[in-house]
Amino acid sequence: MAVLVIADHDGSTVRDSTNKTVTAALALSSDVDVLVVGSGAKAAADAAARITGVRKVLLAESGELGHQLAEAVTATVVALAAGYDAFLSPASMDGKNFMPRIAAKLDVAPISEIVEVVAADTFVRPIYAGNALETIQSSDAKKVITVRPTAFAPAADGGSAPVETVAGSDAGKAAFVGEEMVKSDRPELGAAKIVVSGGRALGSAEEFHAVMDPLADKLGAAVGASRAAVDAGYAPNDYQVGQTGKVVAPGLYIAIGISGAIQHLAGMKDSKIIVAINKDADAPIFQVADFGIVGDYKTVVPELMAALG
Amino acid sequence: MKVLVPVKRVIDYNVKARVKADQTGVDLANVKMSMNPFDEIAVEEAVRLKEGKEHHAAGTASEIVVVSIGVTQAQETIRTALAMGADRGILIQSDADLEPLAVAKLLAAVVAEEKPDLVLMGKQSIDGDNNAVGQMLAALLDWPQATFAAKIEIAGGAAKVTREVDGGNQTLSAPLPAVVTVDLRLNTPRYASLPNIMKAKKKEIAMKAVADYGVDVAPRLTVRKVTAPATRSAGIKVADAAELVSKLKTVGAL
Repeated sequence: MAVLVIADHDGSTVRDSTNKTVTAALALSSDVDVLVVGSGAKAAADAAARITGVRKVLLAESGELGHQLAEAVTATVVALAAGYDAFLSPASMDGKNFMPRIAAKLDVAPISEIVEVVAADTFVRPIYAGNALETIQSSDAKKVITVRPTAFAPAADGGSAPVETVAGSDAGKAAFVGEEMVKSDRPELGAAKIVVSGGRALGSAEEFHAVMDPLADKLGAAVGASRAAVDAGYAPNDYQVGQTGKVVAPGLYIAIGISGAIQHLAGMKDSKIIVAINKDADAPIFQVADFGIVGDYKTVVPELMAALG
Repeated sequence: MKVLVPVKRVIDYNVKARVKADQTGVDLANVKMSMNPFDEIAVEEAVRLKEGKEHHAAGTASEIVVVSIGVTQAQETIRTALAMGADRGILIQSDADLEPLAVAKLLAAVVAEEKPDLVLMGKQSIDGDNNAVGQMLAALLDWPQATFAAKIEIAGGAAKVTREVDGGNQTLSAPLPAVVTVDLRLNTPRYASLPNIMKAKKKEIAMKAVADYGVDVAPRLTVRKVTAPATRSAGIKVADAAELVSKLKTVGAL
């Protein structure tokens, strides 16, 4: 069988999530191609070609593909569908947007956010905010799958696959109007080795940044937030960790002023080491924390900064 | 403009799901059920489109039809939406837990019948966590889609939608008819008032069966087992930051 991975990229490089999706794809088959759709994305295609295990890279470029609009990506992938038995994409916001559309066009049941490949037709995925894991077997001839990147190791670079150009589609129905991206020099939340996350207890956007930013910088960490902190406007929505935000699994996750609601735990409970700083000793976050400090972040965080030297 | 809002009856978001001992699924007996939180946001936005609340012109929506697919008790979910301000409901009765593809096909059949200008729905249900039905419905109808909406403006025959994406926000213009799926930040749903709950009892709910729509809902996926995730071993409380840093260094986290 042949597998097509639809890359997550920024035009010049492929994101770590693409390497992780290639790992999942290689568990299905050794014939793994990567499709880079975009505008001016040759550099990203060259980067994808270096991922070990990739057979070839397909580069599709056209106007609307630059913004990965669902209708255009779908038309591009469906045009290539005859040559593949499975389609995989990272469960990024883009992947979640276009993969179900592709599945419906192919009349197959999509399989969302797999965390394990059991066999070429059988997968494990979390349901109910990660409180259950279902093992499902697909009877569809073609599989359309999104992959939870945190569940797979990244395929290393070291390959040299050929890059071919394929036709892109402009079958856009919706039109791009504009975007506002959050600028950050910190590591990407989904791929960071350390994440420091703040919650409602921080009280204001000024306080959130005054407390979280220096700590993140000291640790070389990404900053995350609970839904409560995002809803209150303390942090941009892109920071949200949880069932409906980003799922992270860093080596170290430090939760500051976060109670630990089911929906938040769904996004971070696979972290290797979890630290909780909360003044409520009964907060549910302590049930998943490896190390907890019961105390006010206002005193604990400065002490932590000092102890880190 | 007619708005169709699909809603789903799911386990209440505050309840921690428990896996059945025989690994056949999650135990839903005697568990509190509610409207999927994202669907409440979709109903609220539809009602605001009708009322002209926030940045919407009054009467942008002329009629709001709520549809649910599920067990008989899903009528309660529809009643909740009617009490929030929707006009009438449709319940497609099914005891089977239909897959997103089957749900999207049934909804496409409802769209063919009702001819709405806009389908407004939640981005995902908190039970299946698939995040798929809206996109699939748009594909089956060959309509534009705008997923994960944080702001919706209807003007000039199009929905201008600001979407939550990785790294920030993106704004699209989707010509109507379109499917828009809503994210958490779009609005804060209202509580239904007692008079409105009473009024909702008089609103019509059309009872339908899956067979009425002539749609193939055969499952494509077989659930082999449902298991509980690995539990984390109990952690420890440390006295202060210095002890924390030393522990983190010991375990190699720093």
